Amino acid sequence: MQKVYSSAVESIAGLLADGMTIMSGGFGLCGIPSALIEAIQLSGVNGLTIISNNAGVDGAGLGLLLESRQISRMVSSYVGENKLFAQQYLAGELQIEFNPQGTLAERIRAGGAGIPAFFTKTGVGTSVAEGKEVRRFNGEEFVMETALFADVALIHAWKGDFEGNLVYRKTARNFNPMMATAAKTTVAEVECLVSTGSIDPDQIHTPGIFVSRIVHVPDPEKRIEQRTVRRLAEETV
Amino acid sequence: MAWTREQMAARAAQEIRDGFYVNLGIGIPTLVANYVPTGIDVRLHSENGMLGMGPFPLEGEEDPDLINAGKQTISELPETSFFSSADSFGMVRGGHIDLSILGAMQVAENGDLANWMIPGKMVKGMGGAMDLVAGVRRVVVVMEHEAKSEPKLLKECTLPLTGRGVASLVITDLAVFEIDKNSGRGMILRELAHGVALEEVREKTRASFVECL
Repeated sequence: MQKVYSSAVESIAGLLADGMTIMSGGFGLCGIPSALIEAIQLSGVNGLTIISNNAGVDGAGLGLLLESRQISRMVSSYVGENKLFAQQYLAGELQIEFNPQGTLAERIRAGGAGIPAFFTKTGVGTSVAEGKEVRRFNGEEFVMETALFADVALIHAWKGDFEGNLVYRKTARNFNPMMATAAKTTVAEVECLVSTGSIDPDQIHTPGIFVSRIVHVPDPEKRIEQRTVRRLAEETV
Repeated sequence: MAWTREQMAARAAQEIRDGFYVNLGIGIPTLVANYVPTGIDVRLHSENGMLGMGPFPLEGEEDPDLINAGKQTISELPETSFFSSADSFGMVRGGHIDLSILGAMQVAENGDLANWMIPGKMVKGMGGAMDLVAGVRRVVVVMEHEAKSEPKLLKECTLPLTGRGVASLVITDLAVFEIDKNSGRGMILRELAHGVALEEVREKTRASFVECL
Protein backbone atom coordinates (compact mmCIF):
# COMPACT_ATOMS: atom_id res chain seq x y z
CA MET A 1 0.00 0.00 0.00
CA GLN A 2 2.15 2.83 -1.34
CA LYS A 3 0.33 6.12 -0.71
CA VAL A 4 3.17 8.61 -0.59
CA TYR A 5 3.94 10.56 -3.77
CA SER A 6 7.03 12.66 -4.30
CA SER A 7 5.36 15.84 -5.56
CA ALA A 8 1.96 17.51 -5.69
CA VAL A 9 1.92 17.14 -9.49
CA GLU A 10 2.58 13.39 -9.25
CA SER A 11 0.03 12.97 -6.48
CA ILE A 12 -2.83 14.00 -8.77
CA ALA A 13 -1.50 12.40 -11.98
CA GLY A 14 -4.01 10.12 -13.69
CA LEU A 15 -6.96 11.33 -11.59
CA LEU A 16 -8.14 14.30 -13.59
CA ALA A 17 -10.67 14.73 -16.38
CA ASP A 18 -12.46 17.77 -17.79
CA GLY A 19 -15.86 18.42 -16.22
CA MET A 20 -15.16 16.47 -13.03
CA THR A 21 -16.16 17.42 -9.48
CA ILE A 22 -13.44 18.30 -6.99
CA MET A 23 -13.78 19.09 -3.28
CA SER A 24 -11.23 21.47 -1.82
CA GLY A 25 -10.78 21.88 1.95
CA GLY A 26 -10.31 25.09 3.88
CA PHE A 27 -12.12 28.09 5.34
CA GLY A 28 -11.03 31.33 3.70
CA LEU A 29 -7.32 30.71 3.10
CA CYS A 30 -6.99 28.72 6.33
CA GLY A 31 -6.32 25.01 5.81
CA ILE A 32 -6.50 25.11 2.01
CA PRO A 33 -4.53 22.58 -0.08
CA SER A 34 -2.40 25.25 -1.80
CA ALA A 35 0.14 22.94 -3.41
CA LEU A 36 -2.54 20.63 -4.80
CA ILE A 37 -4.50 23.59 -6.19
CA GLU A 38 -1.33 24.76 -7.97
CA ALA A 39 -0.91 21.27 -9.37
CA ILE A 40 -4.49 21.35 -10.68
CA GLN A 41 -3.70 24.67 -12.34
CA LEU A 42 -0.61 23.19 -14.01
CA SER A 43 -2.60 20.20 -15.26
CA GLY A 44 -4.83 22.47 -17.37
CA VAL A 45 -7.95 20.40 -16.63
CA ASN A 46 -11.07 22.51 -17.06
CA GLY A 47 -14.85 22.73 -16.80
CA LEU A 48 -14.51 21.81 -13.13
CA THR A 49 -17.22 21.82 -10.50
CA ILE A 50 -15.55 22.84 -7.25
CA ILE A 51 -17.13 22.19 -3.87
CA SER A 52 -15.47 24.49 -1.35
CA ASN A 53 -16.75 26.77 1.40
CA ASN A 54 -15.08 29.78 -0.25
CA ALA A 55 -13.45 30.58 -3.57
CA GLY A 56 -10.06 31.84 -2.37
CA VAL A 57 -8.94 35.41 -3.01
CA ASP A 58 -7.50 37.05 -6.10
CA GLY A 59 -4.13 35.37 -6.70
CA ALA A 60 -4.34 32.70 -4.00
CA GLY A 61 -6.14 29.45 -3.29
CA LEU A 62 -8.97 28.71 -5.70
CA GLY A 63 -8.47 32.24 -7.06
CA LEU A 64 -5.67 30.64 -9.14
CA LEU A 65 -8.13 28.31 -10.89
CA LEU A 66 -10.47 31.23 -11.54
CA GLU A 67 -7.60 33.14 -13.17
CA SER A 68 -6.92 30.21 -15.48
CA ARG A 69 -10.68 29.81 -16.10
CA GLN A 70 -10.71 26.15 -15.13
CA ILE A 71 -13.82 26.37 -12.95
CA SER A 72 -17.30 26.39 -14.48
CA ARG A 73 -19.36 25.84 -11.32
CA MET A 74 -18.89 26.38 -7.59
CA VAL A 75 -20.81 24.97 -4.64
CA SER A 76 -19.99 27.29 -1.72
CA SER A 77 -21.43 29.20 1.22
CA TYR A 78 -19.60 32.52 0.83
CA VAL A 79 -17.49 33.97 -1.97
CA GLY A 80 -17.22 37.60 -0.91
CA GLU A 81 -13.44 37.98 -0.99
CA ASN A 82 -12.87 37.46 -4.69
CA LYS A 83 -13.27 40.16 -7.36
CA LEU A 84 -12.46 37.84 -10.24
CA PHE A 85 -15.23 35.55 -9.06
CA ALA A 86 -17.75 38.40 -9.28
CA GLN A 87 -16.54 39.33 -12.78
CA GLN A 88 -16.80 35.80 -14.14
CA TYR A 89 -20.16 35.26 -12.48
CA LEU A 90 -21.65 38.47 -13.89
CA ALA A 91 -20.27 37.59 -17.33
CA GLY A 92 -22.12 34.26 -17.17
CA GLU A 93 -18.88 32.23 -17.32
CA LEU A 94 -19.31 30.79 -13.86
CA GLN A 95 -22.27 29.17 -12.10
CA ILE A 96 -22.71 29.24 -8.36
CA GLU A 97 -24.83 27.19 -6.02
CA PHE A 98 -24.97 28.76 -2.56
CA ASN A 99 -25.47 26.45 0.40
CA PRO A 100 -25.80 27.49 4.04
CA GLN A 101 -22.44 26.67 5.58
CA GLY A 102 -23.75 24.03 7.99
CA THR A 103 -25.84 22.45 5.27
CA LEU A 104 -22.78 22.30 3.02
CA ALA A 105 -20.73 20.65 5.79
CA GLU A 106 -23.48 18.14 6.51
CA ARG A 107 -24.10 17.32 2.82
CA ILE A 108 -20.42 16.41 2.54
CA ARG A 109 -20.44 14.45 5.79
CA ALA A 110 -23.54 12.57 4.59
CA GLY A 111 -21.90 11.83 1.23
CA GLY A 112 -18.93 10.25 2.96
CA ALA A 113 -21.11 8.27 5.35
CA GLY A 114 -23.41 6.75 2.71
CA ILE A 115 -26.45 8.80 3.70
CA PRO A 116 -28.22 10.00 0.50
CA ALA A 117 -30.22 12.83 2.11
CA PHE A 118 -31.22 14.36 5.44
CA PHE A 119 -33.69 16.89 6.86
CA THR A 120 -32.62 20.19 8.41
CA LYS A 121 -34.43 23.27 9.68
CA THR A 122 -31.77 25.52 8.14
CA GLY A 123 -33.29 27.47 5.25
CA VAL A 124 -36.94 26.60 5.86
CA GLY A 125 -39.08 29.46 4.52
CA THR A 126 -36.18 30.88 2.46
CA SER A 127 -35.09 30.59 -1.18
CA VAL A 128 -32.80 27.72 -0.15
CA ALA A 129 -35.85 25.49 0.38
CA GLU A 130 -37.42 26.25 -3.02
CA GLY A 131 -38.09 23.08 -5.01
CA LYS A 132 -37.07 20.83 -2.13
CA GLU A 133 -39.19 18.46 -0.10
CA VAL A 134 -40.35 19.92 3.22
CA ARG A 135 -41.58 17.56 5.93
CA ARG A 136 -42.85 18.02 9.49
CA PHE A 137 -41.19 16.27 12.42
CA ASN A 138 -42.41 16.92 15.98
CA GLY A 139 -44.51 19.83 14.77
CA GLU A 140 -41.63 21.66 13.07
CA GLU A 141 -40.80 21.99 9.38
CA PHE A 142 -37.57 20.63 7.91
CA VAL A 143 -36.17 20.76 4.38
CA MET A 144 -34.55 17.80 2.65
CA GLU A 145 -30.95 18.25 1.53
CA THR A 146 -29.04 15.70 -0.53
CA ALA A 147 -25.54 14.35 -0.03
CA LEU A 148 -22.47 15.54 -1.94
CA PHE A 149 -19.80 13.22 -3.32
CA ALA A 150 -16.85 14.18 -5.52
CA ASP A 151 -14.48 12.52 -7.95
CA VAL A 152 -11.46 13.89 -6.10
CA ALA A 153 -11.02 15.57 -2.69
CA LEU A 154 -8.02 17.81 -2.03
CA ILE A 155 -7.10 18.01 1.65
CA HIS A 156 -4.62 19.97 3.72
CA ALA A 157 -3.46 18.41 6.99
CA TRP A 158 -0.75 19.34 9.44
CA LYS A 159 0.61 15.85 9.97
CA GLY A 160 0.25 12.57 8.15
CA ASP A 161 1.89 9.16 8.16
CA PHE A 162 2.61 6.60 5.41
CA GLU A 163 -0.71 4.91 6.19
CA GLY A 164 -2.60 8.11 5.31
CA ASN A 165 -3.66 8.84 8.89
CA LEU A 166 -4.09 12.60 9.27
CA VAL A 167 -3.99 15.20 12.03
CA TYR A 168 -5.18 18.78 11.47
CA ARG A 169 -4.04 21.89 13.31
CA LYS A 170 -6.32 24.43 15.07
CA THR A 171 -8.97 26.06 12.83
CA ALA A 172 -7.25 24.72 9.70
CA ARG A 173 -9.32 21.58 10.27
CA ASN A 174 -12.70 23.06 9.12
CA PHE A 175 -14.04 21.23 6.02
CA ASN A 176 -11.03 18.94 5.54
CA PRO A 177 -12.16 15.92 7.62
CA MET A 178 -15.56 15.58 5.91
CA MET A 179 -14.18 16.15 2.43
CA ALA A 180 -11.56 13.45 3.00
CA THR A 181 -14.41 10.94 3.35
CA ALA A 182 -16.58 12.11 0.43
CA ALA A 183 -14.66 11.44 -2.80
CA LYS A 184 -13.64 8.49 -4.97
CA THR A 185 -10.01 9.52 -4.49
CA THR A 186 -8.71 11.68 -1.64
CA VAL A 187 -5.34 13.35 -1.98
CA ALA A 188 -3.82 14.96 1.11
CA GLU A 189 -0.92 17.38 1.35
CA VAL A 190 0.74 17.31 4.76
CA GLU A 191 3.16 19.74 6.38
CA CYS A 192 4.86 16.98 8.36
CA LEU A 193 5.21 13.44 6.98
CA VAL A 194 6.00 11.06 9.83
CA SER A 195 6.67 7.34 10.05
CA THR A 196 3.70 5.05 10.57
CA GLY A 197 3.23 4.45 14.27
CA SER A 198 4.54 7.80 15.42
CA ILE A 199 1.08 9.41 15.69
CA ASP A 200 -0.80 8.33 18.82
CA PRO A 201 -3.75 6.32 17.39
CA ASP A 202 -6.05 8.11 19.84
CA GLN A 203 -5.13 11.46 18.31
CA ILE A 204 -5.79 10.65 14.63
CA HIS A 205 -8.51 12.89 13.13
CA THR A 206 -8.86 11.19 9.72
CA PRO A 207 -8.10 7.44 9.55
CA GLY A 208 -5.99 6.33 6.57
CA ILE A 209 -8.84 4.39 4.92
CA PHE A 210 -10.14 7.71 3.60
CA VAL A 211 -6.82 8.83 2.10
CA SER A 212 -5.53 7.31 -1.15
CA ARG A 213 -2.59 9.56 -1.86
CA ILE A 214 -0.39 11.74 0.29
CA VAL A 215 2.30 14.28 -0.51
CA HIS A 216 4.74 16.03 1.80
CA VAL A 217 4.61 19.84 1.45
CA PRO A 218 6.93 21.24 4.12
CA ASP A 219 6.66 24.94 5.05
CA PRO A 220 3.72 25.87 2.81
CA GLU A 221 3.06 29.56 2.34
CA LYS A 222 0.14 30.44 4.62
CA ARG A 223 -1.50 33.76 3.96
CA ILE A 224 -3.50 35.69 6.54
CA GLU A 225 -6.61 37.42 5.16
CA GLN A 226 -7.33 39.75 8.12
CA ARG A 227 -4.31 40.35 10.34
CA THR A 228 -5.75 41.62 13.63
CA VAL A 229 -3.72 42.14 16.80
CA ARG A 230 -4.14 43.68 20.23
CA ARG A 231 -1.64 45.93 21.96
CA LEU A 232 0.14 44.76 25.08
CA ALA A 233 -1.23 47.79 26.98
CA GLU A 234 -4.75 46.39 26.63
CA GLU A 235 -3.60 43.40 28.67
CA THR A 236 -3.40 45.40 31.84
CA VAL A 237 -6.87 46.95 31.51
CA MET B 1 -29.33 61.14 21.42
CA ALA B 2 -29.30 57.70 19.89
CA TRP B 3 -27.02 54.93 21.14
CA THR B 4 -23.56 54.62 19.62
CA ARG B 5 -22.29 51.32 18.22
CA GLU B 6 -20.50 50.73 21.51
CA GLN B 7 -23.63 51.43 23.56
CA MET B 8 -25.63 49.05 21.36
CA ALA B 9 -22.98 46.38 21.90
CA ALA B 10 -23.03 47.00 25.66
CA ARG B 11 -26.81 46.63 25.70
CA ALA B 12 -26.58 43.37 23.74
CA ALA B 13 -23.99 42.06 26.22
CA GLN B 14 -26.65 42.23 28.94
CA GLU B 15 -28.43 39.35 27.18
CA ILE B 16 -25.54 37.03 28.02
CA ARG B 17 -26.02 34.80 31.08
CA ASP B 18 -23.39 33.01 33.10
CA GLY B 19 -22.28 29.77 31.43
CA PHE B 20 -23.68 30.66 28.01
CA TYR B 21 -22.18 29.42 24.75
CA VAL B 22 -22.48 32.42 22.42
CA ASN B 23 -21.91 33.06 18.73
CA LEU B 24 -21.17 36.67 17.73
CA GLY B 25 -21.62 37.88 14.17
CA ILE B 26 -19.48 40.35 12.26
CA GLY B 27 -19.70 44.14 12.87
CA ILE B 28 -21.31 45.57 16.02
CA PRO B 29 -21.90 42.03 17.40
CA THR B 30 -18.12 41.47 17.49
CA LEU B 31 -17.84 44.43 19.90
CA VAL B 32 -20.17 42.67 22.36
CA ALA B 33 -17.21 40.59 23.61
CA ASN B 34 -15.74 43.79 25.11
CA TYR B 35 -18.81 44.40 27.29
CA VAL B 36 -19.47 41.01 28.90
CA PRO B 37 -20.36 41.92 32.52
CA THR B 38 -17.83 40.96 35.18
CA GLY B 39 -18.63 37.73 36.95
CA ILE B 40 -20.24 36.31 33.82
CA ASP B 41 -18.36 33.36 32.37
CA VAL B 42 -19.02 32.94 28.65
CA ARG B 43 -17.66 30.70 25.90
CA LEU B 44 -17.50 32.18 22.43
CA HIS B 45 -18.21 29.88 19.48
CA SER B 46 -16.63 30.52 16.08
CA GLU B 47 -18.44 28.55 13.41
CA ASN B 48 -15.30 27.70 11.46
CA GLY B 49 -14.52 25.18 14.21
CA MET B 50 -13.63 26.63 17.61
CA LEU B 51 -15.13 27.02 21.07
CA GLY B 52 -13.51 29.23 23.69
CA MET B 53 -12.34 31.95 21.32
CA GLY B 54 -9.75 34.28 22.81
CA PRO B 55 -8.90 37.92 22.01
CA PHE B 56 -6.87 39.10 19.02
CA PRO B 57 -3.26 37.88 19.37
CA LEU B 58 -0.36 40.08 20.39
CA GLU B 59 1.71 41.37 17.50
CA GLY B 60 4.10 38.64 16.37
CA GLU B 61 1.86 35.89 17.73
CA GLU B 62 -0.55 35.75 14.77
CA ASP B 63 -1.06 32.19 13.54
CA PRO B 64 -2.53 31.65 10.05
CA ASP B 65 -4.05 28.38 11.32
CA LEU B 66 -5.98 30.23 14.03
CA ILE B 67 -8.72 32.49 12.69
CA ASN B 68 -12.34 33.33 13.47
CA ALA B 69 -15.33 33.20 11.12
CA GLY B 70 -14.48 36.73 9.93
CA LYS B 71 -11.05 35.37 8.88
CA GLN B 72 -9.36 37.54 11.53
CA THR B 73 -6.40 36.22 13.50
CA ILE B 74 -7.39 35.36 17.07
CA SER B 75 -5.90 33.53 20.06
CA GLU B 76 -6.78 30.46 22.09
CA LEU B 77 -7.58 30.09 25.80
CA PRO B 78 -7.02 27.21 28.24
CA GLU B 79 -10.61 26.04 27.63
CA THR B 80 -10.38 26.19 23.81
CA SER B 81 -11.36 23.23 21.66
CA PHE B 82 -11.14 22.78 17.88
CA PHE B 83 -13.41 20.65 15.68
CA SER B 84 -14.63 20.21 12.11
CA SER B 85 -17.23 22.40 10.37
CA ALA B 86 -19.70 19.48 10.55
CA ASP B 87 -19.31 19.27 14.34
CA SER B 88 -19.46 23.05 14.60
CA PHE B 89 -22.80 23.25 12.81
CA GLY B 90 -24.01 20.21 14.70
CA MET B 91 -23.62 22.39 17.79
CA VAL B 92 -25.58 25.15 16.06
CA ARG B 93 -28.34 23.06 14.49
CA GLY B 94 -28.64 20.81 17.51
CA GLY B 95 -29.54 23.74 19.76
CA HIS B 96 -26.36 23.55 21.87
CA ILE B 97 -25.50 27.23 21.37
CA ASP B 98 -27.48 29.45 23.77
CA LEU B 99 -27.32 32.79 22.05
CA SER B 100 -26.54 34.26 18.65
CA ILE B 101 -26.02 38.01 18.35
CA LEU B 102 -25.98 39.20 14.74
CA GLY B 103 -26.66 42.08 12.42
CA ALA B 104 -29.56 42.36 9.96
CA MET B 105 -30.80 44.41 7.02
CA GLN B 106 -34.47 43.92 7.91
CA VAL B 107 -36.53 42.36 10.70
CA ALA B 108 -40.29 41.81 10.48
CA GLU B 109 -42.75 41.96 13.37
CA ASN B 110 -43.13 38.15 13.32
CA GLY B 111 -39.36 37.62 13.74
CA ASP B 112 -38.53 37.07 10.06
CA LEU B 113 -34.96 38.16 9.44
CA ALA B 114 -33.16 39.20 6.24
CA ASN B 115 -29.41 39.76 6.17
CA TRP B 116 -27.82 37.92 3.26
CA MET B 117 -28.80 39.29 -0.12
CA ILE B 118 -30.07 42.32 -1.98
CA PRO B 119 -31.61 41.37 -5.33
CA GLY B 120 -29.76 42.97 -8.22
CA LYS B 121 -26.51 43.25 -6.29
CA MET B 122 -23.68 40.73 -6.43
CA VAL B 123 -24.59 38.00 -3.95
CA LYS B 124 -21.72 36.89 -1.75
CA GLY B 125 -23.52 34.03 -0.04
CA MET B 126 -25.15 33.39 3.31
CA GLY B 127 -22.16 31.76 4.99
CA GLY B 128 -23.36 30.36 8.31
CA ALA B 129 -26.15 32.89 8.91
CA MET B 130 -29.07 30.66 7.92
CA ASP B 131 -27.80 27.84 10.13
CA LEU B 132 -27.28 30.17 13.09
CA VAL B 133 -30.73 31.80 12.99
CA ALA B 134 -32.46 28.43 12.52
CA GLY B 135 -30.50 26.49 15.11
CA VAL B 136 -29.35 28.73 17.96
CA ARG B 137 -31.80 28.85 20.89
CA ARG B 138 -32.14 32.64 21.04
CA VAL B 139 -31.36 35.11 18.27
CA VAL B 140 -30.66 38.74 19.20
CA VAL B 141 -30.38 41.27 16.36
CA VAL B 142 -28.23 44.38 16.74
CA MET B 143 -28.66 46.92 13.94
CA GLU B 144 -29.22 50.57 13.05
CA HIS B 145 -32.89 51.49 13.29
CA GLU B 146 -32.90 52.76 9.70
CA ALA B 147 -30.76 52.30 6.60
CA LYS B 148 -30.34 55.62 4.75
CA SER B 149 -33.66 56.85 6.21
CA GLU B 150 -35.41 53.63 5.18
CA PRO B 151 -37.06 51.73 8.04
CA LYS B 152 -35.62 48.29 8.79
CA LEU B 153 -38.28 47.17 11.29
CA LEU B 154 -41.15 46.16 9.02
CA LYS B 155 -44.49 44.39 8.89
CA GLU B 156 -42.95 42.01 6.35
CA CYS B 157 -39.41 41.78 5.03
CA THR B 158 -39.02 42.85 1.40
CA LEU B 159 -35.57 41.27 1.05
CA PRO B 160 -35.04 37.50 0.70
CA LEU B 161 -35.20 35.87 4.13
CA THR B 162 -32.33 34.36 6.08
CA GLY B 163 -34.79 32.74 8.48
CA ARG B 164 -38.51 32.68 9.15
CA GLY B 165 -39.76 33.71 12.60
CA VAL B 166 -36.31 33.51 14.18
CA ALA B 167 -35.50 36.84 15.89
CA SER B 168 -36.38 37.16 19.60
CA LEU B 169 -34.96 40.59 20.42
CA VAL B 170 -33.93 43.57 18.32
CA ILE B 171 -31.54 46.21 19.66
CA THR B 172 -31.25 49.35 17.53
CA ASP B 173 -29.62 52.71 18.13
CA LEU B 174 -33.05 54.02 19.21
CA ALA B 175 -34.80 51.24 21.09
CA VAL B 176 -35.10 47.61 22.20
CA PHE B 177 -37.94 45.43 20.90
CA GLU B 178 -38.97 42.00 22.03
CA ILE B 179 -40.72 39.67 19.59
CA ASP B 180 -43.25 37.20 20.92
CA LYS B 181 -43.08 34.89 17.91
CA ASN B 182 -46.05 32.76 18.89
CA SER B 183 -48.58 35.48 19.72
CA GLY B 184 -48.68 37.11 16.27
CA ARG B 185 -49.24 40.44 18.00
CA GLY B 186 -46.20 42.19 16.63
CA MET B 187 -43.28 43.60 18.56
CA ILE B 188 -43.10 44.82 22.13
CA LEU B 189 -41.19 48.05 22.70
CA ARG B 190 -39.21 47.43 25.88
CA GLU B 191 -36.69 50.28 26.09
CA LEU B 192 -35.87 53.61 24.53
CA ALA B 193 -32.26 54.70 24.10
CA HIS B 194 -31.28 57.59 26.39
CA GLY B 195 -32.95 60.77 25.27
CA VAL B 196 -34.90 59.19 22.41
CA ALA B 197 -38.58 60.16 22.22
CA LEU B 198 -41.30 57.60 21.66
CA GLU B 199 -42.54 59.78 18.77
CA GLU B 200 -39.27 59.32 16.88
CA VAL B 201 -39.44 55.53 17.29
CA ARG B 202 -43.06 55.46 16.10
CA GLU B 203 -42.13 57.53 13.06
CA LYS B 204 -39.22 55.32 12.07
CA THR B 205 -40.79 51.91 12.67
CA ARG B 206 -43.09 50.17 10.15
CA ALA B 207 -43.60 47.07 12.28
CA SER B 208 -46.59 47.25 14.58
CA PHE B 209 -45.65 47.26 18.24
CA VAL B 210 -47.14 47.68 21.67
CA GLU B 211 -45.40 49.79 24.29
CA CYS B 212 -44.33 48.07 27.45
CA LEU B 213 -41.63 50.36 28.76
